[in-house]
Amino acid sequence: MHELGITQDIVAFVTEKAGGQKVIRLKLQIGALSAIVPDAIRFCFDVCADGTPLMGATLEIEEVAGRGKCNICAAEMPLSLLAGICECGSGDIKCVAGQELLIREMEVV
Amino acid sequence: MCATCGCGEEGAKATVINMQTGKHVHVHVQHDHTHDHEHSHEHTHDHEHSHEHTHDPSHDHTHDHEHAHQGSRTITLEEKILAKNDRLAERNRGYFEALNVLALNLVSAPGSGKTTLLERTINDLKSQMQFSVIEGDQATVNDAERIKTTGVKVVQINTGAGCHLDAEMLARGVKQLDPQENSVVMIENVGNLVCPALFDLGEKCKIAVLSVTEGEDKPIKYPHMFRAAEVLLLNKVDLLPYLEFDMEACKKYALSVNPGLKIIEISATKGDGLSVWYQWLKDNL
Repeated sequence: MHELGITQDIVAFVTEKAGGQKVIRLKLQIGALSAIVPDAIRFCFDVCADGTPLMGATLEIEEVAGRGKCNICAAEMPLSLLAGICECGSGDIKCVAGQELLIREMEVV
Repeated sequence: MCATCGCGEEGAKATVINMQTGKHVHVHVQHDHTHDHEHSHEHTHDHEHSHEHTHDPSHDHTHDHEHAHQGSRTITLEEKILAKNDRLAERNRGYFEALNVLALNLVSAPGSGKTTLLERTINDLKSQMQFSVIEGDQATVNDAERIKTTGVKVVQINTGAGCHLDAEMLARGVKQLDPQENSVVMIENVGNLVCPALFDLGEKCKIAVLSVTEGEDKPIKYPHMFRAAEVLLLNKVDLLPYLEFDMEACKKYALSVNPGLKIIEISATKGDGLSVWYQWLKDNL
């Protein structure tokens, strides 16, 4: 459950950036290959936000699918794991999308 | 509540215990409040935590969501979620580089033999190089006690509910450890094949340990860890005659997630392959 500590860090960062304003919406971007489970972040968010300017804020999570690019033939393909096999037979695949972990924006009042 | 500093238990994410002095330091999540005090082993975290928290889990979220709420402002942040840890890890890395310290982050599932490997490595090489050790576990100082018998400096970090070490905990631990110049700092992470892969501590590299009793498909079941590591030590090879472990398949799986991985077969108890591991250490110090 590293998501609890990560959610605490997210809440602490956004609280600081909000500078006393109330946060009503927070948008994160989480890649499918990032080893962070969006549902676990959602689960932790209400608990971590309690008593902070983020209390009651809507949490939006933009999920990014995994994509790989073959280092041999340059073909791109969907990736469901950090590894895969290209149609050309190569296993030398670079992950080009799906490892994102970003705090994108907040809406304050 | 912690009887020493008055912090709420939820505020203390880890405890650093200096095995040489008995001092302990709390690491907090929200603030940088730490305190040093003599560690009496009767450290009871008695707290009357009567915090009324009525949270209705079946609350209806049927609000019409408009992106521009009246009078609201959207502020772009674009901050990496792990940015804080990554910044602290870079500070640790700079500290290690300035001291010419080789810091290695040992990661594996529980029971793969990390502590045994450390004991053996230190005892075999301590006349040739200086070692000190950070031990990460959720609870107990058992591993630190084992390392202490080798005669090197050791600090235990107990992460409590936490499943990994992070850069902030490591910074606290290293401050207590006070490693010598031109030495090796071995960081034994919490036994866990998932979370430690995400958290840079400022180490030179991660060393993954996989014992052959665990099954050859671990590298593809837990690809993040094997991708994050630079070296894979396949431990307990002395047990291979009693197991149905496909060594070639294991190596193939490991290389499929990390084509640059250096793989060394070892037995930390019987000594097989350790000369290759020791040579790697000497080449990297």
